[in-house]
Amino acid sequence: MLAKIQYYLKSFLFLELLKGMGVTGRYFFRKKFTVQYPEEKTPISPRFRGLHALRRYANGEERCIACKLCEAVCPALAITIESEQRADGTRRTTRYDIDLFKCIYCGFCEEACPVDSIVETNIFEYHFENRGENIMTKEKLLEIGDRYEAQLAADRSEDAPYR
Amino acid sequence: MTETLSSIDAWLSQFVHEYLLFTVYSGLKALLILMPLFIVVAYYTLAERKVIGYMQIRKGPNRVGPKGLFQPFADMFKLMFKEIIIPTNSNKYLFIIAPVITFAPAMAAWAVIPFNDTLVFSNINAGLLYILAMTSIGVYGVIIAGWASNSKYALLGAMRSAAQIVAYEIAMGFALVGVLMVGGSLNLGEIVNRQAGGIGHWFFIPLLPLFFVYLISGVAETNRAPFDVAEGESEIVAGFHVEYSGMTFAVFFLAEYANMILIAMLCSLLFFGGWLSPVPDLLGDSIGWLFGKTAVFMLLFLWFRATFPRYRYDQIMRLGWKVLLPVTIFWLAVEGVAVYFKIGPWFV
Repeated sequence: MLAKIQYYLKSFLFLELLKGMGVTGRYFFRKKFTVQYPEEKTPISPRFRGLHALRRYANGEERCIACKLCEAVCPALAITIESEQRADGTRRTTRYDIDLFKCIYCGFCEEACPVDSIVETNIFEYHFENRGENIMTKEKLLEIGDRYEAQLAADRSEDAPYR
Repeated sequence: MTETLSSIDAWLSQFVHEYLLFTVYSGLKALLILMPLFIVVAYYTLAERKVIGYMQIRKGPNRVGPKGLFQPFADMFKLMFKEIIIPTNSNKYLFIIAPVITFAPAMAAWAVIPFNDTLVFSNINAGLLYILAMTSIGVYGVIIAGWASNSKYALLGAMRSAAQIVAYEIAMGFALVGVLMVGGSLNLGEIVNRQAGGIGHWFFIPLLPLFFVYLISGVAETNRAPFDVAEGESEIVAGFHVEYSGMTFAVFFLAEYANMILIAMLCSLLFFGGWLSPVPDLLGDSIGWLFGKTAVFMLLFLWFRATFPRYRYDQIMRLGWKVLLPVTIFWLAVEGVAVYFKIGPWFV
């Protein structure tokens, strides 16, 4: 009986509704979490898996030895590699394509690579304007690698103690 | 005031034949009410997005113009230039007429709203009855829209809305009967003048339960959260206006927001003394009081939406028929006794 009266009192005095409005009322004055994206950016982890790149050694020689481990491990079959033997007897790629439409950015290629050649950069703002631009060719990948080498090396050395 | 009016008369009669003068004059007066109303509606949509955003700890629209102040115009232009898609197998005439039927009464109801002692478009005696009639017509637009769309979701939304509005119209009507018993008139201006004499004389004190009933059924009448089952975007997409796009959609929204402002203004007129000052000895009566009180109720609408989850459909029916209606009838009986024995400052 008493419980019933209590129940009626509670619902007719809108106690719980007012409590809820109190919560939203307090939140109204809270500091907002919004990040104003193009002007402000959130910090990016050194492990971030964005657009791909092929790296070079300091002497300018490309790292990739066409072992095709990345091609084998790629779960989306996004990587296509063709190779040849150079005059000095080393094996290098003639073709290294990544189809960005197939790629799922899992980072397995980077894990599989024995010479740290194929890597994923922290670039995430990119787009295509024409058909076929989704295929990252060897030239494009190497160019990205050359351009962002400093950032790539820094990210990897920062992450090295945890690997 | 009268001098300026007669000079406007003289100026107008240069262009218009005097038989037409009244019509032109009424048209101008209607524009004078509706144009500010449209602007308020436009900024009410912005305020809604901002307030709800702030209550969800985010910033809301702030890209178009300084602090997002031009957002309503951007929305308006977008909607104006969008194609009006008429579904095949829909009833084209009803499909186009439906938003008009929702929109026109929502605007027409403003004719009898008094802004102060003299400032009222048409000072008719049955003002409250007129408003009840007009706001009820709006639901036909919703039902016709749902039917004409030839879409399952739209029909579901229309059905829900019809049942809901029938249920809440009754509670709302009974709540207003309480106001009539104290106010002794159907004329809105007279009802407000009856509340003269400071905050202690306002009707919300003797009619507190009826005020809450009115506010709740007002939220339900306008199909706003937590009673927005007719729209119910998470259950039935957008309810009765799924198939509407462009300007037809905008007209539905205009009507909805105009109705919200109307309910807010009626709350302040009927229960909170309209343009009367709460402390007449210190501060004079002015139209600013009315707008201030209305703004508070308009904020409440947004606050409710940010706070409460949507009612389940059967819960809405239970609340309308088994809670609000008995409460109003009970309070009407109490009030009847008070009026009969002339109790307190309100019932004399």
